[in-house]
Amino acid sequence: MQVVYSVYDIIGPIMVGPSSSHTAGAARIGKMALNILGKSPVAATILLHGSFAAAYKGHGTDRALVAGILGMDPDDLRIKNALEIAAKQGIMVQIAEADLGDAHPNQAKIILQAEDGERVEVLGASTGGGKIVLLEIDGFPLHLSGEYPAMVCVYSDQPGMVAKVSCVLAKYKINIAFMRVVRRTGDRIALMVVETDQPIPSEAALKVQSFAGFYKVKICPATNKI
Amino acid sequence: MPVTFQKIQDLVRMAQDRECAIWQIVMEAEEKERGIPKEELLQEMGRRWQVMLASIVPPVDQPSMGGLVGGDAAKIAGIIDRAVFGPVPTRVIARALAAAENNAAMGRIVAAPTAGSCGILPAVLSVVAEETGADATEAAHALLTAAGVGMVIASNATISGAEGGCQAECGSAAAMAAAAAAELMTGDPVIVAHAAALALKNLLGLVCDPVAGLVEVPCVKRNAFAAVHAFTAAQMAFAGIRSVIPPDEVIWAMHSIGKAMHQDLKETGRGGLAATPTGKKLATKIQSASDKS
Repeated sequence: MQVVYSVYDIIGPIMVGPSSSHTAGAARIGKMALNILGKSPVAATILLHGSFAAAYKGHGTDRALVAGILGMDPDDLRIKNALEIAAKQGIMVQIAEADLGDAHPNQAKIILQAEDGERVEVLGASTGGGKIVLLEIDGFPLHLSGEYPAMVCVYSDQPGMVAKVSCVLAKYKINIAFMRVVRRTGDRIALMVVETDQPIPSEAALKVQSFAGFYKVKICPATNKI
Repeated sequence: MPVTFQKIQDLVRMAQDRECAIWQIVMEAEEKERGIPKEELLQEMGRRWQVMLASIVPPVDQPSMGGLVGGDAAKIAGIIDRAVFGPVPTRVIARALAAAENNAAMGRIVAAPTAGSCGILPAVLSVVAEETGADATEAAHALLTAAGVGMVIASNATISGAEGGCQAECGSAAAMAAAAAAELMTGDPVIVAHAAALALKNLLGLVCDPVAGLVEVPCVKRNAFAAVHAFTAAQMAFAGIRSVIPPDEVIWAMHSIGKAMHQDLKETGRGGLAATPTGKKLATKIQSASDKS
């Protein structure tokens, strides 16, 4: 896939060191996982793969992932102390190494659990220069970069669902930049990822959530504007 | 009228055709290609400039992640007034070291184009700005010129040490810094382009062999060397010295050298300095310390 560079990719990101892939990218992955859960987690399990697994202590990857899960941006000076901060907030954090397949050399699987029992499993990769991509949400394969605001919906796979979402977005005058629907094997449940040019208001998400057949609707703000 | 630029020669030609500076071509391209309004782009560059200026202040009592670096920016800063090298380049050394040390201690920096090379552009540009009396707006313009050079390198070659060795990170940063310095010294697009070419050309073949896989040794000190090197390139270009190999071909050379480079020398920690007896000893020490924590 042809990567197109913008000025912000070259003079940026503003970040906490030492590594744009192992620190800034990790923080972004953590924050996207938090956005997908949509609420503060009480427990986080992090599985690291590849160079992430080999180099994480020296690059602060563990601190950065947890910092993102706590809602911090990649330039937050508190990233250094993220593990202590998480402990103080009573969040159970487990970090381990795992083989997550060969999609990317720097991958992290983050499993977050909220107090009400809601759980998400997110697989993200750090692709370099602070850029990231989410490769999987709850077993659904996808390719979400965080460059654009996005709405992620888990819904019943039947006619008319995509139309409902696009109508709501049109009503809020939001232009769809990229859109992908993907099915999980085994059940009639699908995932829709809509990336938009404008930020998506929470009212739009609530409206979509109110339709029958939509199980989860999450808004992920763009994470690249730093 | 084409807006996109793919090569350095595009930037130069477009700037010459429109009788403007390279930074203006970059700004227009961002507006047309990515819809980023000029005011927003300048504001963002201004914001990044402020973070860069903060990052070139030596960290105090901030240990690096691996404990291999720190305290050298302060050492050099302490002798600026009696440096035989002269205060101007010595300030460049001190600032480049400071930003790189901040990076290694999880301080806040601006990747330009990467975190490992974050000291080079700010050190050179801040000193040249002081010497030429340039203000923050002109510095923001110079950052756009640097960005243009970096964008061309990133899309035609690579800015990743894992792909192209350190010539791709510190080499690219030096090319960007030389271009930014030349922008402030003269603004002449041909001089800017040759400053970038001279800087990159003379870091070709530089490998990425960090000890213990950290962004510390030789990375921190290398920022200082690459920064002074970039200043040299800008000064030579300003004097009318030209790179015999055109800028875009130098970039091509960097790319092809990177592809020919052995994997052991591309951020794998298996070759070069990382594989020296001391390098391996330090790696083992750091690994066992972190296994215990």
